[in-house]
Amino acid sequence: MLSDLFIRIRTLFRRRAVEGELDEELRFHLERQIEKLIRSGLTREDAVRRARIEFGGLDLVKEHCREARGVTFIESFAQDVRYGLRMLRKSPGFTAVAVVTLALGIGANAVVFSLVDALVFKPMNVPEGKNIYTIENAKGGFPSQSYPDYVDLRDRNHSFDGMLVCEISTASLDIDGNPAPIWLYTASGNYFDVLRVQPYLGRFFHAADEHGPNSAPYIVLSYAYWSSHFQSDHGVVGREVRLNRHTYTILGVAPQGFSGTELFYAPDLWAPIVNQQEIEGSSDLDARGSRGRWVVGRLKAGVTPAQATADLNSVAAWMAKAYPKDDEGIAFSVARPGLAGDMLGGPVHAFVAGLMLLSGLILLAACANLGSLFSARAEDRSREVALRLALGSSRGRILRQLLTEAVLVSLAGGVVGLAGSVVLLRGLSAWQPVPDIPIRLAVSPDAHTYIVAFLLALASGLLFGMVPVRQVLKSDPYQRIKGGAAGAVGWRRITLRDVLLAGQIAVCAVLVTSSLVAVRGMLRSLKSNFGFVPENTLQVNTDLNMAGYKVDQTAAIQKRMLNAISSIPGVTAAAYADRIPLNLGWSSNAVFQESATDYKLANEALEAMEYFVSPGYFQAAKTTMLQGRAFTWNDSKDTLHVAVVNQEFARKVFGSESKAIGSFFKIWNGTRVQVVGIVEDGKYATLSESPKPAMFLPILQSPASRTYLLVRSNRSPQDLAPELQRALHEVDPGMPLTINTWERELGTALFAARAASIALGVLGVLGAMLAITGIFGMAASSVSKRLRELGIRIALGAQRKQLLGAALGRVFRLLALGSAVGLVLGLVATKVLSFIVYQATPRDPFVLAGVVLTMLFLGLLAAWIPAQRALRADPLILLREE
Amino acid sequence: MLHVEVKGERMPTQRIDLPQGTLDLLILRTLALGPQHGWAVSERVQQMSSDVLRIQQGSLYPALHRLERRGWIKARWGTSENNRRAKYYELTKGGHRQLEVEKDAWEKLTAAVAQVLGTV
Repeated sequence: MLSDLFIRIRTLFRRRAVEGELDEELRFHLERQIEKLIRSGLTREDAVRRARIEFGGLDLVKEHCREARGVTFIESFAQDVRYGLRMLRKSPGFTAVAVVTLALGIGANAVVFSLVDALVFKPMNVPEGKNIYTIENAKGGFPSQSYPDYVDLRDRNHSFDGMLVCEISTASLDIDGNPAPIWLYTASGNYFDVLRVQPYLGRFFHAADEHGPNSAPYIVLSYAYWSSHFQSDHGVVGREVRLNRHTYTILGVAPQGFSGTELFYAPDLWAPIVNQQEIEGSSDLDARGSRGRWVVGRLKAGVTPAQATADLNSVAAWMAKAYPKDDEGIAFSVARPGLAGDMLGGPVHAFVAGLMLLSGLILLAACANLGSLFSARAEDRSREVALRLALGSSRGRILRQLLTEAVLVSLAGGVVGLAGSVVLLRGLSAWQPVPDIPIRLAVSPDAHTYIVAFLLALASGLLFGMVPVRQVLKSDPYQRIKGGAAGAVGWRRITLRDVLLAGQIAVCAVLVTSSLVAVRGMLRSLKSNFGFVPENTLQVNTDLNMAGYKVDQTAAIQKRMLNAISSIPGVTAAAYADRIPLNLGWSSNAVFQESATDYKLANEALEAMEYFVSPGYFQAAKTTMLQGRAFTWNDSKDTLHVAVVNQEFARKVFGSESKAIGSFFKIWNGTRVQVVGIVEDGKYATLSESPKPAMFLPILQSPASRTYLLVRSNRSPQDLAPELQRALHEVDPGMPLTINTWERELGTALFAARAASIALGVLGVLGAMLAITGIFGMAASSVSKRLRELGIRIALGAQRKQLLGAALGRVFRLLALGSAVGLVLGLVATKVLSFIVYQATPRDPFVLAGVVLTMLFLGLLAAWIPAQRALRADPLILLREE
Repeated sequence: MLHVEVKGERMPTQRIDLPQGTLDLLILRTLALGPQHGWAVSERVQQMSSDVLRIQQGSLYPALHRLERRGWIKARWGTSENNRRAKYYELTKGGHRQLEVEKDAWEKLTAAVAQVLGTV
């Protein structure tokens, strides 16, 4: 109805005018009534009284009129908001504590949700990214495929609109005469077309550009590399640069924010995979057994992942028949892209699920905290509530008022928390956990995050706002006003607040326990024996292929490099190897007994970590030789193949260390290898691994162009690094190299553990802060409620100890109970941690003592101010108040 | 609320509350005589019912506002008989129709009640 709408709108927007009219109307009525009563013979005073009584409560009538006009909900809501804001302003301490508490909870959850969203939910940042899938091997869940298999999959499947192949690689790029190492994707020609990405500048390469090996000397720059190294020069298209000393043409620039199919990796540029030989020094594109590429496909509309898997496996069956040597038993499955299929995806998903659980607990603790704060506040305000009830306000209206306040606090907390999380996420996105490798954690809060944070804030506001409901519903205005503050009623009873506080402390103790376990594990793992000594050692990463050398030239150059380094004063030992233990990436290979003749995987004795090292390596790495000898410059291509193995290898293959020396084993191609030495066990791939067999082979017997020089010295790294660079550039001025301390390279191995420790540490601190505010709230209200009683006790001569016992005993009993429960839960929970953090064991006296002391300290800290207040209770003042 | 004060000769005054619709009907009927302000409406009802019906004054205004919202009456500010600004209510067309409807319903109700009472 039009009049209805009109009145509602008018009431809403012209509130003041409407209220004024209502006032005037009612006043007119009263005056007429008074006049009438005076005319009937009453005195003015009596008439006024009579008229008022006849009329009833003026405010109540107004309220009914407002209700009758029908906008009461919105209007009274606005009124509640105004009133709520006024009440919150009146107690800034309470408001600040509540907002900060919730901000912690919401902030933690916003950060974790952004992580989960970025890592799990968000489809790839390309048109219709939800149809993009990584094709991985069904057995073992790793995504590596060979190029010939890719071609067959691409041409024989019926479920994908397109299928691309790509590989992470490094090369040296020479723009202006200074070659520098860069990270790139080598990709199939259809790469950008399958992903449906459009160039920001110039053009991309296409399938039509591929005409056999080394036929497509083109590169596409990433937006970030283009802006940092070409100063966003629009004339860059068509420019020629040198990639590993071969001439390549810049075709174009990829759009901003596009970094390929993997979440963690942001390449500097893309180059066609058909040029693999020029870029990597050798090509294995024709080797079906050589699996190292990632295949990513775009599902056809309407095809489910299950259908696609079935389709791929019918191709797999054909491949197994056609190429039994390489592809027997091959099977495929599809996985969400971004995390190297399920290889990284599994652990990452488990980790973020754990984080989600913990941050959920934080929010729950924050809500419990706020619930008890609001319940204390409702208690404090019981007189006000009683007064409002007596004046005719309905209980519903009062509840709504309290709830509005809770929601106001929760929204403020949500905004503050979200702001904090945005800052934190910015830092996280800029964080580069691994040196020299463009690993990114592109997590940016977006609309999803904002919505989730808003909903969480609202939900928690309603949740903790509900806590004092029972209190309000039960309150009897008459008793309240008459009796003043509630006495010691229910002291023996367990109240909802007690449960909330104990529960919250338990949650906090869980968080404190798990963060202590993680941090302690980290510290211990840093001090453990790696099987080498990383201190005082620099790693120089060089790639002679990037410098343009052929493989057969490398040994001579590498020896010259080593000689140049060894002559630097202060260098005590130097050597090189194709890989360094605990650096990113490792290689393992099959080992066979000497008696083996058929080198199928089924016949292998074990899979051993494989390192090709130069003479002097064990000295440079400070790996202890236990028996036998190390390599010499005489262990070359023409002599017997020899190996140094670790203890685990010796025990597994030969039964004991003593039997190993002088014995033979065979490697994957049937070569006989003699064991000449045994070294101590160490850590190779991750810190938390169990002992792994490892073999060290002379790099002279299988030359590699990409190596790490290990340089041990008694000089500071800052001092030595420039001299190293000068010495190496004297060998070849165009050699690209990166120098890092070994300790910094270890950051890679520690990355997972470090990330987990940081996350848990932050959550632990959040938990501790919540515990403090929770205990403080409880202690403060417990003291203020019993201040009169405490004053009387003081007047009767109670000692400080008795006084504190009376005031805070209950709070500390709850603290002890909650901590004990939390400690037990935390110890159970941290068993899970030991998978990520090396040597994270919950059965550690330091952790146990640490948790107990931490909780006690938190309790003392939080109770300090209320305790002071209790001790200062002045009986005279308190008694005078009433 | 609206109530009836029944003054008996041998018993104390009794108050009987009447249902809400009755108040609406009386207001509409009173305003059918011409625009009135709230106080006058309550006076009129009392007069016309020879002091039997009394509108509790607190409930008159919410009722007026409710009827206004329904569009049966409309309000405008005017000058009262003693030269004061007062809010006058008058029936709208819809209000006239509603009055007929409610009068009808009321007559049927009272007839039915009377019938029940008469048969006993």
